[in-house]
Amino acid sequence: MDEVLRVENLHKRFGLLHVLRGIDLSVHKGETIVILGASGSGKSTLLRCLNFLEMPSEGRITIEGRLVGRETGTPGVMSYGTRELNALRARVGMVFQQFNLFPHMTVEGNVMIGPMKLRGMTEETARTLAHDNLRRVGILEKAREYPARLSGGQQQRVAIARALAMEPTMMLFDEATSALDPELVGEVLLSMRRLSEEGMTMLVVTHELGFAYNVADRVIFLEGGMVHEEGTPQEVLQNPKQERTREFLRSHTLFRLPDPAPEAAGHS
Amino acid sequence: MGHEWDFAFLLGQRDFILRGILGTFGLAITCVLAGMALGLVFAAARLSRFAALRLLGTCYVEFFRNIPVLVQILWCYFAIPIITGAQPGPFAAAATAVSLYAGAYMTEIFRSGIQSVEKGQWEAARAIGFGYLAQMRYVVLPQAMRSITPPLTNQVMEVVKTTAIASTIAYGEVLYSAKVLSDQEFRPIESYTAVGVFFIVVLALVSAASSLLERRLRRHG
Repeated sequence: MDEVLRVENLHKRFGLLHVLRGIDLSVHKGETIVILGASGSGKSTLLRCLNFLEMPSEGRITIEGRLVGRETGTPGVMSYGTRELNALRARVGMVFQQFNLFPHMTVEGNVMIGPMKLRGMTEETARTLAHDNLRRVGILEKAREYPARLSGGQQQRVAIARALAMEPTMMLFDEATSALDPELVGEVLLSMRRLSEEGMTMLVVTHELGFAYNVADRVIFLEGGMVHEEGTPQEVLQNPKQERTREFLRSHTLFRLPDPAPEAAGHS
Repeated sequence: MGHEWDFAFLLGQRDFILRGILGTFGLAITCVLAGMALGLVFAAARLSRFAALRLLGTCYVEFFRNIPVLVQILWCYFAIPIITGAQPGPFAAAATAVSLYAGAYMTEIFRSGIQSVEKGQWEAARAIGFGYLAQMRYVVLPQAMRSITPPLTNQVMEVVKTTAIASTIAYGEVLYSAKVLSDQEFRPIESYTAVGVFFIVVLALVSAASSLLERRLRRHG
């Protein structure tokens, strides 16, 4: 099995706030990992550290066998080059809660700009690539529209296509459905599920426990900036070992499993 | 005591007037372009994550925005040669002073325009793999232009009018031509009226071009 991502002892501090307190994680090619946790548990920060939208304070991140950054004198602390990070971000797709489509470009323009400017593709090649990826998320018919004319769910699918067009080695989803009206969540989750089934390596921060249960290969429960519990969806969602995990699952109003285990529902 | 208006003499001085018009255009275009370049660079400095650059940007704005432009022109023309021993021509002196002055205002215009673009746009561009310049060029500036265009138009019009001050150091622009003709022909009313009409026509065109641009930028809500 190819290891796409390895995280060792990752720490992130914002001033005095110690958000991530030593995360270890290994992700293999084709895996879909769902990261759960209460707000403030550090799950978004973890994702943002993985493509260096936030700089890790400490720890080593290895992507496709290559350690990112250089060792500094201080053990565990790395320094990162701008070029290295830009090149790396091009290989790690990110989908945001707020979509963040470029409003001054058409849908296909949003998807084409990266391949054209970063990979030197001609407009024609980039358009073909954009259309292929828009088709993958089922929104090809909106290629010539501007984002403002699209629903939230449609916009988020375009954002997924935009990330896919860079042909990333893994995709990060940062609460991709949290800003959507309930009736639009399904179409985005469906696109994500298809992607997972196609073999894309995915790290998904979400509150959709149904998605975690049905799609994830592994579920990670973060608490206080550390991996509190980790395992298959069945293990973590139906038979959580840790009291804090049970508490989180109980409090989660969106927790709808096809066949809830007695432990998950029983305690109160 | 009625004045007999007679613009006919102006026709006889076509070449001289044309030279003045070209002088105004040359100086105005130079100052607008240089001012925009300065404005962009110092706006980026003011928004930098490095405190030293932010301070540099602030100093630039506070310095050049707070000295009357006439003082700056006179300083460039009369003080620089004493300090450096090299006498700049009237064009160089005026262009330097007005560009620096315009740049200070444009810095603030660009800064607030860039700040009006959501943080998520920078992040999305960064996440694709764009470096700073590409984020700026393809994603942030095109969106910032929407809020930048109206105040920038004002500033451009201001710069065009400010070029008239260069006549004080005998730079051959429209007002200087008018002054010379007025003295030669004893026709100040016609001469200065013509200057006024000239500026109205030019600035109305600038304003119309800006409206067109604004409408184009607004097309996609």
